[in-house]
Amino acid sequence: MADLKTTFLGISSPNPFWLASAPPTDKAYNVNRAFEAGWGGAVWKTLGEDPPIVNVSGPRYSAIHSNERRVIGFNNIELITDRPLQTNLDEMRQIKQDWPDRALVASVMLPMNEPTWAKYLPMVEETGIDAFELNFGCPHGMSERGMGAAVGQVPEYIQMAAEWAKKAASVPVIVKLTPNVTNILPPAKAALDGGADAVSLINTINSIMRVDYDSLTMYPTTDGMGTHGGYCGEAVKPIALNMVAEIARTKETRSLPISGIGGISDWRDAVDFLALGASNVQVCTAAMVYGFKIIDDLVDGLNNFLDDKQLTLDELIGKAVPSVTDWQYLNLNYVEKAVIDQELCIQCGRCHVVCEDTSHQAITHTVNGERRFEVIDSECVGCNLCVSVCPVEGCISMHQLTEGIDPRTGETISPEKADWTTHRNNPMRKTK
Amino acid sequence: MSKNKQQADIRSHRLDKDQIARNFGDLHPPLSRSEALIAADRCYFCFDAPCTTACPTGIDIPGFIQKIRSDNIRGSAHTILGENIMGGMCARVCPTEVLCEDACVRNTHEEKPVEIGLLQRYATDPVFDQGTPLFSRAAATGKKVAVVGAGPAGLSCAHRLAMLGHDVVVLNRDDKPGGLNEYGIAAYKTVDDFAQKEVEYILSIGGIELRKGETLGKDFTLQDLRDSYDAVFIGIGLGSTNTLGLDHETLPGVDSAIEYIAEIRQSDDLGKLPVGRRVVVIGGGMTAIDIALQSKRLGAELVDIVYRRGPEQMGASRYEQDLAQTNGVTIHHWAKPVELLGDDHVTTIRFERTALDSNGRLTSHGDGFELTADTVFKAIGQILDVGVLGKDAAGLEIRHDRIVVNEAGRTTLPDVWAGGDCVAGGDDLTVTAVQQGKVAAIDIDRRLRGE
Ligand SMILES: Cc1cc2nc3c(=O)[nH]c(=O)nc-3n(C[C@H](O)[C@H](O)[C@H](O)COP(=O)(O)OP(=O)(O)OC[C@H]3O[C@@H](n4cnc5c(N)ncnc54)[C@H](O)[C@@H]3O)c2cc1C
Ligand SMILES: Cc1cc2nc3c(=O)[nH]c(=O)nc-3n(C[C@H](O)[C@H](O)[C@H](O)COP(=O)(O)O)c2cc1C
Ligand code: SF4
Repeated sequence: MADLKTTFLGISSPNPFWLASAPPTDKAYNVNRAFEAGWGGAVWKTLGEDPPIVNVSGPRYSAIHSNERRVIGFNNIELITDRPLQTNLDEMRQIKQDWPDRALVASVMLPMNEPTWAKYLPMVEETGIDAFELNFGCPHGMSERGMGAAVGQVPEYIQMAAEWAKKAASVPVIVKLTPNVTNILPPAKAALDGGADAVSLINTINSIMRVDYDSLTMYPTTDGMGTHGGYCGEAVKPIALNMVAEIARTKETRSLPISGIGGISDWRDAVDFLALGASNVQVCTAAMVYGFKIIDDLVDGLNNFLDDKQLTLDELIGKAVPSVTDWQYLNLNYVEKAVIDQELCIQCGRCHVVCEDTSHQAITHTVNGERRFEVIDSECVGCNLCVSVCPVEGCISMHQLTEGIDPRTGETISPEKADWTTHRNNPMRKTK
Repeated sequence: MSKNKQQADIRSHRLDKDQIARNFGDLHPPLSRSEALIAADRCYFCFDAPCTTACPTGIDIPGFIQKIRSDNIRGSAHTILGENIMGGMCARVCPTEVLCEDACVRNTHEEKPVEIGLLQRYATDPVFDQGTPLFSRAAATGKKVAVVGAGPAGLSCAHRLAMLGHDVVVLNRDDKPGGLNEYGIAAYKTVDDFAQKEVEYILSIGGIELRKGETLGKDFTLQDLRDSYDAVFIGIGLGSTNTLGLDHETLPGVDSAIEYIAEIRQSDDLGKLPVGRRVVVIGGGMTAIDIALQSKRLGAELVDIVYRRGPEQMGASRYEQDLAQTNGVTIHHWAKPVELLGDDHVTTIRFERTALDSNGRLTSHGDGFELTADTVFKAIGQILDVGVLGKDAAGLEIRHDRIVVNEAGRTTLPDVWAGGDCVAGGDDLTVTAVQQGKVAAIDIDRRLRGE
């Protein structure tokens, strides 16, 4: 069995799976159950100033479902903890005592003035927590009060708050980033410049789920009115992965350790985050949808995967980062064509429909008077659309042309790499 | 004839009320919304969908399933009923295992097609429950068409004609409209008086006058209709049951399956129906399966079907055969009846083994077996009573006892169309009758508009 024991910022935990700051980590009762189930760590539900905020007493959550009622995307308008600070602190102290081998991180959200940070952080740290996570991410409610995403969207504020936190804290400081920005790099850079030890991302994405088709109001509402919430769950993973990879591959930010968050529901999602540069991962929605028991598959699946690949966890971390680059560096001499395995083909013809209607008219529907779907190499641009829509896994695959002529362009296949930076159609091309 | 004096054991109330109710409840209960959404999600929305090609009425199946997925149930029903006004009945009675569901590409790797029949029922049930109007009539043409027979063929034809703006008079022999939907289809396929609900819906479009107890060849002639209407459609189905051609065929206990099925369908207390302890069914079609299964479900102990050819040649689909067998019916192949025994009531029936000779013709061996029987049901097909067509039959081409029509439903008489079981070349299915009625209506409309 692979060793999943992780050290993140010097904080050790039996596995790289932490519960993200959210309802699953709202109080000792939950965190106890989570640790009993086997979770490696928990980022406590975000703490704020006393008196605590209040939540709405109507619907806080809503979901996008598949027809099997599988939750694909999840939305919430919940604020930070609504319990008195002291209650939280007492419980955190107890948890840390009872579970010394687990990571316990305190998430905090405070107004933008240094004395407040100087006052609260030592109080929180005194419970024995392993690190702070600064919540600059919540996109609803708290941001209207100048906190959460309102800070996370302004790099100068991030840097300033990170500096205050570093000054007031002796344990490591993680900055949790909001995805509600056009470019994740300036906020990450600001965290680094402010002295943060790591970043975690993503928090939730601004979202309205839908309207109610009867009342034609937005859905859900509190007494007829609604507000945008934060979107998370499976649907957001690709957005999170891109942001993680951007930070991991960019010179100015790649020294930052990353705690990856967003849509992780099974071990493969965790492999995605780890291979793209995260050193550990956090989970919220999947736990809220399936309960704490999913940790079994997360741990077991990752273990088996590492064994099969004969990799250590450390070797997996960042493994895929070198494969991420800018579009301009992609090899334009590389040619693939789709190939349909006629043995596996069930003749649904979806590949034909989509290629015909929306791509390159490169798939037949009839050959010699028979229903048959074949790729026309002289039209196929290798776009992968047919592979994406084919219902039979492995039926359509992309095959590289390594020699000869591409029947579509009439050009000879070249073993040389050549990208846009030197392409003849590029007016700004570099000359060798 | 043997001197077998055994008493025939034919009784009612073999099973208690609850058991009967269970036995005659919905064979395939309807899908709930969540089941339907999952079933709909399995559709791949194929190009030039094979299921649509396999449907005799050409329903855009992926299209209606797409609408189920988006909760557009009324739109889905419109897609179905627009091609097949009896899409509700067809969802219940079509042998989908040899039609649309057989063509489903899911069969290739999974052997589990999309449940098209059940989805079709899911989409159409609300329309019949609520009487949702989906169709309206085109501007009146002033033309009048007579439709003979209110079965699937006649009603489908009448509905389409009414939609196209013509006035229609439907003349029907039986008291209740619906044809075999009302009198023939197995009871557990169409529960809760669905056949009548469907007819009501069809008539609700307006412009269709239904006259019951009007029999062609008795109350009026084809010539009468040709004289007073602009066009005539014949959809009278088939009449009398074929005979076995054996001695003693009139012996009590030797009955027509069709007649007994009609009794079952019209009964308001199934327990009261007398049924034999040992039932032997002769035939291999849907009727044979239906009478066997319904006898079993009424409490018959031993039910045997004897068919003179093999399982592949049976008119009943493999699914129907399996259904009979899992319900305890025994099917014997390659045997034909040669003698009915009994004095004042049938007691035994003797069979001879059959086989195909080198020319592919059916021959019998001489050796065979006997089955004791309290009831023998003949389910060997019906024939058209050509006589009812009167002297006009002279102008009508008849082949193998059925009316010959072209692909548009035209007979050899210029103003007479026909469709359903009474025409040659069909497959004796509800859905085919509906299609033929529809196609004929479209052709009649063209002709009446002088196109
Ligand atoms: C027992 C049985 C079970 C079946 N099960 C199935 C099944 O599960 N699935 C399936 O798809 N098909 C099934 N079929 C076949 C299906 O019922 C027929 O193919 C279909 O009903 C044919 O429709 P039709 O309109 O041609 O004739 P019919 O349904 O026979 O209707 C004929 C109509 O014409 C009227 N009529 C008859 N003679 C005259 C006359 N002289 N003058 C005026 N009116 C007249 C009758 O009253 C009747 O209303 C079954 C058939 C039988 C017998
Ligand atoms: C109901 C709910 C409440 C949340 N509350 C907080 C919070 O108090 N503090 C915080 O940093 N993030 C909060 N989050 C964001 C999650 O910690 C996490 O970053 C986000 O949901 C993405 O991960 P997931 O896809 O695994 O849920 C909350 C998320 C949800 C669904
Ligand atoms: S790869 Fe793209 S262009 Fe080529 S056949 Fe598939 S869908 Fe068409």
